[in-house]
Amino acid sequence: MTTIAPALRAGVGRGVIELRQAFTGMELVGQLLWPVATLVAVYFLRDVDIGGTGATLGTMILPGALGMFVALGMLLVVQQLAADREDGTLLRAKATPNGIRAYLVGKLVQISATILAYLAIVLIPGAFLVEGLEIADPNSWITFTWVLVLGLVATQAIGVLLGSVIATPRGAGYLSIPILGLIAISGIFAPITGLPEWLQWIAQVFPIYWLGLGMRAAFLPDDAVVVEIGESWRQFETAAVLGAWAIVGLVLAPMVLRRMTRRESGSRVAERREQAMRRVG
Amino acid sequence: MTMTDALAIEVERLRLRYGTTDVLHDVSFQVRRGEVLALLGPNGAGKTSTIEILEGFRMRSAGRVEVLGVDPARGTEQWRARMGIVLQSWRDHPKWRVRELLAFQGSLYAPYSTAQVRRPWDIDDLLAAVGLTAQAQQPVKVLSGGQRRRLDVAIGLVGRPELVFLDEPTTGLDPKARRDFHELVRRIRDEFETTVLITTHDLDEAEKLADRIVILAAGRIVADGTSEQLTRQIAGHDEVRWVQGGEHLVRHVPDSTAFARELFAREGAEIHELELRRASLEDAYLSIVRTTESSDGDAADIEAQTNGAVR
Repeated sequence: MTTIAPALRAGVGRGVIELRQAFTGMELVGQLLWPVATLVAVYFLRDVDIGGTGATLGTMILPGALGMFVALGMLLVVQQLAADREDGTLLRAKATPNGIRAYLVGKLVQISATILAYLAIVLIPGAFLVEGLEIADPNSWITFTWVLVLGLVATQAIGVLLGSVIATPRGAGYLSIPILGLIAISGIFAPITGLPEWLQWIAQVFPIYWLGLGMRAAFLPDDAVVVEIGESWRQFETAAVLGAWAIVGLVLAPMVLRRMTRRESGSRVAERREQAMRRVG
Repeated sequence: MTMTDALAIEVERLRLRYGTTDVLHDVSFQVRRGEVLALLGPNGAGKTSTIEILEGFRMRSAGRVEVLGVDPARGTEQWRARMGIVLQSWRDHPKWRVRELLAFQGSLYAPYSTAQVRRPWDIDDLLAAVGLTAQAQQPVKVLSGGQRRRLDVAIGLVGRPELVFLDEPTTGLDPKARRDFHELVRRIRDEFETTVLITTHDLDEAEKLADRIVILAAGRIVADGTSEQLTRQIAGHDEVRWVQGGEHLVRHVPDSTAFARELFAREGAEIHELELRRASLEDAYLSIVRTTESSDGDAADIEAQTNGAVR
């Protein structure tokens, strides 16, 4: 249909405007906090050896953290959907022809670009802080690209799915607790093989572990593989698990989102505002 | 052109039920194209529910509804592009700049532009029309209440809608902003033949703007007609005041002119400071709503009575 292309174009324009808002003024401080904190951690761990690999903990953490930031896109989607639902931005989209479509495209553009900015903030200075990253090898970048794309699609589609189910910014806040737990057991900040096997199994269900593994496969030298499960980069499994999450998310998210937006109306937005006021007051 | 083409909104025996409570009982009314219809009623009468059903934001329990010839429950994006919605209190997109938001909203209507109706409205013209040219580059969150309201109206109009829903649009506006707003509504009606459905608590506003008034009370339509028809309906509420022998006197009578004529014939020069006040829309409204509420929810007989009188 002829209306889809203009809606996509409007959505991209929307994403660019939101991106500018996300990186100006006080917002910028919040955006820089976590990538900079990660760099500080990498800096202090740059000389800590991991037994038998020759690589340091700092070198291992850096690519893992890239994977973690991709996964955090999910949390960003959930938080922003909750906020936009509360202030009526989503209802405005619903009241406008193709508005939800443009809204969603804008959101994915803005969050993907935000994540790319995080990755650049971590990777570019990080490459000078630690030794042994294979950033000159073209193969590294091929692996990085497909892991990144699959990861962005999978995590943001799941974000839309969860964001449609979680009704309030408060609920979105609670979601970060299990996510932090998941980061702790996903081998981002310490080799996963040091954990009990049942925790390893839990971690392997979710995309965070595979995003970390994929990024380590891209940038770490081959001998670092000895601290991974099965002493393998398991690229096929990485693609399969991330791909499965992406498909589940892409199939379910539009259905759940449609169900959620169908129930939005002026009185619901007003109701939520009153509840929020009561909590504050 | 068939009858349906001449109607922008058609509602027939509309019901809305939450659990065991009926919010709307057999609501029926029509809005002709190009007409400004005011929906009046006390809080909780079902105005917002009715308007949300028409906007396609809420499902009805029973009845037939057509808005621009389409059932809102099955409205497409194409259908959506033909209407504008101004809610009671929008507070969305706080970080966006005024012009930026209006241009974005407008861009989504561009695919629905036709030879007759160029969509969207020129953004700078529209900003000028609602008096926000000076605020064009400001973030939405710094606008005053009145400015924010005008932005909401502009967003509602940017797609050059055939039909606009205005839900209590002048709440919180100062008198000048209110008058500017009334002028804007008249302009869009006269220049673009836009159909307007407006809900309000302000009877003066309804009288000024609306071609026709529908009063909703306790989920039922209790009156439907022009302001004059509704006022005439409560005959007996004209007020006559005069001074006679140093005494201030007041009478409520059906026909104040006839009463005055008779009074003069009887008392002649004894009458001083005669004042006649015809029953106002406000009197009519209060009387109609009071009758509905005193009948303790059983409004069926009043409905028959008032509809009989007006229709």
